[in-house]
Amino acid sequence: MLEQLSWKVGGQQGEGIDSTGNILATSLNRHGYFIYGYRHFSSRIKGGHTNYKIRISTKSRLANADYLDILIAFDQETIDFNSHELRENGVLIADAKFNPVAPEGKQIRFFAVPLTKIAEENGSAIMKNMVAVGATAAVLGLSPETFLSYLNDKFLRKGEQVVQNNMNALKAGFQYVIDQGIELSDLKLAPGDGVERLYLTGNDACGFGALAAGVRLMPAYPITPASEIMEYLIKKLPKVGGHVLQTEDEIAAVTMSIGASFGGSRVCTSTSGPGLALMMEGIGLAGITETPIVIFDTQRGGPSTGMPTKHEQSDMYAALWGTHGEIQKIVVAPSNAEECFYMTVDAFNWAEQYQVPTIILTDLALSMSDQTVEKFDFSRVSIDRGNLATQEQLEAVAAGQLFKRYEFTDSKISPRVFPGQKGGIHHVTGVEHTEVGRPTEDKNIRNKMMDKRLGKFDGIELPNSFSFNGDEDFDTLLIGVGSTAGLIDEAMERLQAEGQKVGHLHIKVLNPFPTESVQKFVSKAKKVVVIENNATGQLKNIMRFNGVQGEFISQVKYDGNPYIPSEIFTFVKELN
Amino acid sequence: MATVKDFRNEVRPNWCPGCGDFSVQAAIQKALAESGKEPEEVAVISGIGCSGRISGYINSYGFHTIHGRSLPVAQGVKLANRDLTVIASGGDGDGFGIGLHHFMHAARRNMDITYIVMDNNIYGLTKGQTSPTSAQGFKNPKSTPEGNIENALVPAQVALSAGIGFLAQGFSSDIKQLTEIIKAAIAHKGFSLVSVYSPCVTYNKTNTYDWYKENITVVDTIEGYDKTNRIQAMATVMEHKGLVTGILYQNESLKAYEDLIPGYKEEPIVNHELPLSEDFLTKTMKEFV
Ligand SMILES: Cc1ncc(C[n+]2csc(CCOP(=O)(O)OP(=O)(O)O)c2C)c(N)n1
Ligand code: SF4
Ligand SMILES: [Mg+2]
Repeated sequence: MLEQLSWKVGGQQGEGIDSTGNILATSLNRHGYFIYGYRHFSSRIKGGHTNYKIRISTKSRLANADYLDILIAFDQETIDFNSHELRENGVLIADAKFNPVAPEGKQIRFFAVPLTKIAEENGSAIMKNMVAVGATAAVLGLSPETFLSYLNDKFLRKGEQVVQNNMNALKAGFQYVIDQGIELSDLKLAPGDGVERLYLTGNDACGFGALAAGVRLMPAYPITPASEIMEYLIKKLPKVGGHVLQTEDEIAAVTMSIGASFGGSRVCTSTSGPGLALMMEGIGLAGITETPIVIFDTQRGGPSTGMPTKHEQSDMYAALWGTHGEIQKIVVAPSNAEECFYMTVDAFNWAEQYQVPTIILTDLALSMSDQTVEKFDFSRVSIDRGNLATQEQLEAVAAGQLFKRYEFTDSKISPRVFPGQKGGIHHVTGVEHTEVGRPTEDKNIRNKMMDKRLGKFDGIELPNSFSFNGDEDFDTLLIGVGSTAGLIDEAMERLQAEGQKVGHLHIKVLNPFPTESVQKFVSKAKKVVVIENNATGQLKNIMRFNGVQGEFISQVKYDGNPYIPSEIFTFVKELN
Repeated sequence: MATVKDFRNEVRPNWCPGCGDFSVQAAIQKALAESGKEPEEVAVISGIGCSGRISGYINSYGFHTIHGRSLPVAQGVKLANRDLTVIASGGDGDGFGIGLHHFMHAARRNMDITYIVMDNNIYGLTKGQTSPTSAQGFKNPKSTPEGNIENALVPAQVALSAGIGFLAQGFSSDIKQLTEIIKAAIAHKGFSLVSVYSPCVTYNKTNTYDWYKENITVVDTIEGYDKTNRIQAMATVMEHKGLVTGILYQNESLKAYEDLIPGYKEEPIVNHELPLSEDFLTKTMKEFV
């Protein structure tokens, strides 16, 4: 029985590709399988080829597989564009309606199923997605009942009959494949463990994390692939008295965030590369005024408009260093949807504890792909707003005096106070300033203020700044960031299966960089490979910039697509 | 109750003697006191320019932001705490040059904040370049030695086109009128613009106090002027090339943005308890199963 397999459905945009994938993915997720769903999409809304790839596994697999086991084609284009991914003896199910031509030169099991016709017979052509799912179930040896709970959730409010029609269409597709009598027993899927888990994208998890972290305001400007965070909070914030404001641009988004934070709200904004570029001056203002804000940057292919619907990890430099002058920031990079949730909560706390602009860097593969993760444990969610002025502190401010919002302290963190509070009046300015916020050019104060702001992370390594798994006595160390974690794990397993000793270090906090910890791992390795999706080896250079000593072999990919596991496996294997 | 003194602080403005901005500062302080505000209930959010320094010269909460961005910051403050009296402020370059679209969007969005612009038809802080409100032909040794070849922007026209609900203009020589206007702007429930002709005595040798005095018409002197009539307001502004002062337009029936936000509470966000119930979170998480 198969422990994992890959399935893809393709057709024209607007043809129900997403819904077909969703029925399969959600239903199997509910039965305790681990799903990884990767949507191909382009900027066009209607028309044009699209597809949805789903990996089904009995354990967590956070990456696309090397090849496809099953391809469902709603049109010939799907066959022409995707059949090269199909493995030898894989399954192709195509709608008989378009007289599909099977790919040449490949041994496959081919089913021309009258998807549209069966759907029409059961009520409507749009149900061809159900027929396709039924056909898939037959191939995988799953019962049609597997999909009942999903159909109920989706259609029961439209009436029993609608559920029944869909089920009939699904069963008809199922039966059609069975009736062909083709040997399929090698594709029988091992059972899922039945545990209820979540199936969501990184963007969903970021949005939900922000909600749980107490965000109440989100000024933001739409951009692929970040818009879903905003769209999620547009639905949720009204339920808790909060609000998403769609701004006129990202300059407004970041500066409005600064105002909202100064005003006392927890606030975030979300964007991708082009928007991050526009936010730079604002980020500097947050830096010098020590105003906590959280920015989601879901990276896509750059530079400029670049490849807006493609994957890349090339904003790391911009996130770390992109503003004029010198400030501190926190930059975190979750590697899966579960971390998107918990690290978003952490990021909100850290932003306020350290009073710095905080960037949550994700990438397109993480933000847009659906994945199965364990349910979130809300006992791990707590809200800490950092140093807020106490009533006594406010009362101690003499009449006519200003509150020392930028007081020099040992921790370099000063008390915050929100407008409206008596005794808290102070001035905030992007100009260099005194402890009460008055502009100054006094060189001693300037030096002290710079040292205060820049020194906040002296000797500090944030919790969970990295993760390590694999062989403790590794020879080869694989280092990555963001969505490549699942891929690197898979490549590592294959290398281990060949007898190599391999470890996987994943960086989760890019600033403050956990130099000491990373150095310990790097020093132990005979070979260090840094794997990332950009052209210039940004992660590798960030490690060097932060003082990590060692020789690094760089593996980069910047064609807009995530790696597949075999690419990393082969690259490392062939190193000598 | 706070008096005008309570809105003053110890800082001596670094404006040139005679700069129009002193009067604007005085008028704001007076208007705040006369509107019954307390200093801690007020946030003055300013941009960058000579005028932008004003947030540091008023005893209230203040935020001196970056060039052109006082309005987005001010809107953020207002959303976080709707009980505050939020005043955004800056120069003509700040508000009608680099920040022009923020102004238009703030006007159409209509949050309850008051935007006070000190228009001197020049970039003061950067030592006297031509501004978007400088007239065509405006001679200026720095930017337009041969005379400005661009058309001037008329902020009042822009404001009306953007759907503003309260539009007023003032002149630094008439603090009394200006104070009354600012009071009305603060009282107006929605976005209000108070654009003030505020001469730069150092760099603008064209648009001087005397020049303004000669060219400005006070709208109250126009017989039958109806400030609720947007078309008349536009016609009057166009006729006078913008050089009219007083409350030019007010629409009291427009709802403020805050009053239209779905689910937004009377209690300001700053006072909300942030943690959400386990029950709510669990229900919300169910959507991902
Ligand atoms: C992004 C940015 N660009 C340019 C500047 C330089 N700058 C500072 S103030 C200013 C113009 C000020 O003119 P205005 O807004 O009319 O204010 P005034 O000094 O006349 O009161 C400029 C161009 C800046 N601070 N930031
Ligand atoms: S330069 Fe002009 S605008 Fe600036 S302070 Fe002096 S007079 Fe006022
Ligand atoms: Mg000016």
